[in-house]
Amino acid sequence: MYQENILEHYRNPHNKRKLDPAHVTQKENNPLCGDVLEVYVLFGADGKVAEVAFEGQGCAISQASMSMLTDELKGKAMDEVEAMGADAIQEMVVVPLSPVRMKCATLGIKAVQNGIAAYRVRHPGADAGPEAAGATSK
Amino acid sequence: MAATQLMTTEQIRADFPTLRRQFNGRPVVFLDSGASSLKPKQVIQAEEDFYANHYANVHRGIYQLSEEATDLFEGARERVAAFIGAPESRELVLTRGTTEGLNLLAYSLGAQLAPGDEVVSTVMEHHSNQVPWQLLGRRRKTVLKHIGLDDEGYLKMEDLDRLVTDRTKIVTVTHVSNVLGTVNPIREIAEAAHDHGAVCIVDGAQSTPHMPVDVKALGCDFFAFSGHKMLGPTGVGGLWGRAELLEGMEPFLGGGDMISEVHLQESKWNQIPAKFEAGTPHIAGVIGLGAAVDYLSRIGMDWVQHHDEQLIARAMARFAQMGDVRLLGPKDPRRHAGVLAFWLDYAHPHDVAQVFDDSAVCVRAGHHCAMPVNERYGVPATTRASVYLYNDEGDIDRMFEAIEKVRRLFKP
Repeated sequence: MYQENILEHYRNPHNKRKLDPAHVTQKENNPLCGDVLEVYVLFGADGKVAEVAFEGQGCAISQASMSMLTDELKGKAMDEVEAMGADAIQEMVVVPLSPVRMKCATLGIKAVQNGIAAYRVRHPGADAGPEAAGATSK
Repeated sequence: MAATQLMTTEQIRADFPTLRRQFNGRPVVFLDSGASSLKPKQVIQAEEDFYANHYANVHRGIYQLSEEATDLFEGARERVAAFIGAPESRELVLTRGTTEGLNLLAYSLGAQLAPGDEVVSTVMEHHSNQVPWQLLGRRRKTVLKHIGLDDEGYLKMEDLDRLVTDRTKIVTVTHVSNVLGTVNPIREIAEAAHDHGAVCIVDGAQSTPHMPVDVKALGCDFFAFSGHKMLGPTGVGGLWGRAELLEGMEPFLGGGDMISEVHLQESKWNQIPAKFEAGTPHIAGVIGLGAAVDYLSRIGMDWVQHHDEQLIARAMARFAQMGDVRLLGPKDPRRHAGVLAFWLDYAHPHDVAQVFDDSAVCVRAGHHCAMPVNERYGVPATTRASVYLYNDEGDIDRMFEAIEKVRRLFKP
């Protein structure tokens, strides 16, 4: 399970920092193992993901998967991000994961999706871009 | 140790079919008995024999099969009661496990509490001895207080004197912490409770499998335990309580077997323990538990305790040579009751357990259903190795081999 791509992202995570300003800030944890992630998303004028960053701690799978996700999500529309399921995450991390470890691997996408859901509630019509929806990043 | 050993560890291991399993080409090393123990063939055969040859419901039939089933069932109750030193077997309520026993008490004993009455517990309890008392607080507006822990994992006994007062009605404490391994001074705690007119409840889930238990010597009023951690089947356990206290309590679940008379508007309760055993019980499980205590009694709980201590001492000595590990719980291996939780500075417990699994070493990673303990010691989770009578020194060495693997992978 701990192949080089996982270990490389775990040791040197991409975009592990606070994003300020951000349109989406969302904290998610996995109480079973104590993994904690806080994700930040900034949308471009076209409503697509411009930047993703995260802070947090946890097992190699949750941290590496989140790191990969920050690259993977760039340029995606909101509904594309929302459509990502466990199979998309499995494809991204490559190494086969057991059901228990899938929960670790999907913690990041869950945080992003929950954050987007909350953002949509605050800003109806957000797909057209933050400006059209009257969203300000903070 | 004056313990007499009739069997070698090798002979004991031969009784546990699961130990023949291999993963990734290596024999399994099972170090997760704190979560649930493996089963000897004697327990498996007892259940099979019951289902195949003596099966019927208990306490009902006039026919011989049902009488045989009832005899096997009640015979098991007697042996399990004797195993924990219960003065009378009618004081042993057969439950689904420790969790049900503690919930039964929070419900039926809790019904006697008034708003403002206090329940004193500890920070080291398993969730099953925290949450039922929180639920009681919501129902009856009782107040829940907690005895704290010192840095080494012992109860702060000065808190006991401070928190147990005349407002206290229940003191509920675990005999052994499932994370720290700490063995608590139950006698002293029970005396403090009794000095203030409170009852003392003991969660014996982690102690009963690993040390001789005598509820009379402990001086407590209730003692709950699980079968599956002590070689028995899942879904069965016991709650011992003083007869006069059990008799004074309202039933927990209503249904068949727990009544003496039922009318359309009201009913009369059966005698104890039937009053607390509504519905058809886990008959095969109870018979299996009887076979489990026979097995443990034959080997001797003094021997089991000593054996577990030696394995924990071996592990602690190996850990002492490593600088990048933090051990939770007492420094004295004799105060660990078969449980050792640790934190490696360079790898998350989930990753540790995963790499262990590649080497066919089974341990638990996480919060072990005791989140306040993790919080107290500032770790999000730990890796926990727990030993039992079928583990040997080679198992401990295999774990340290696996730790080396973790180090090679994760230590930069």
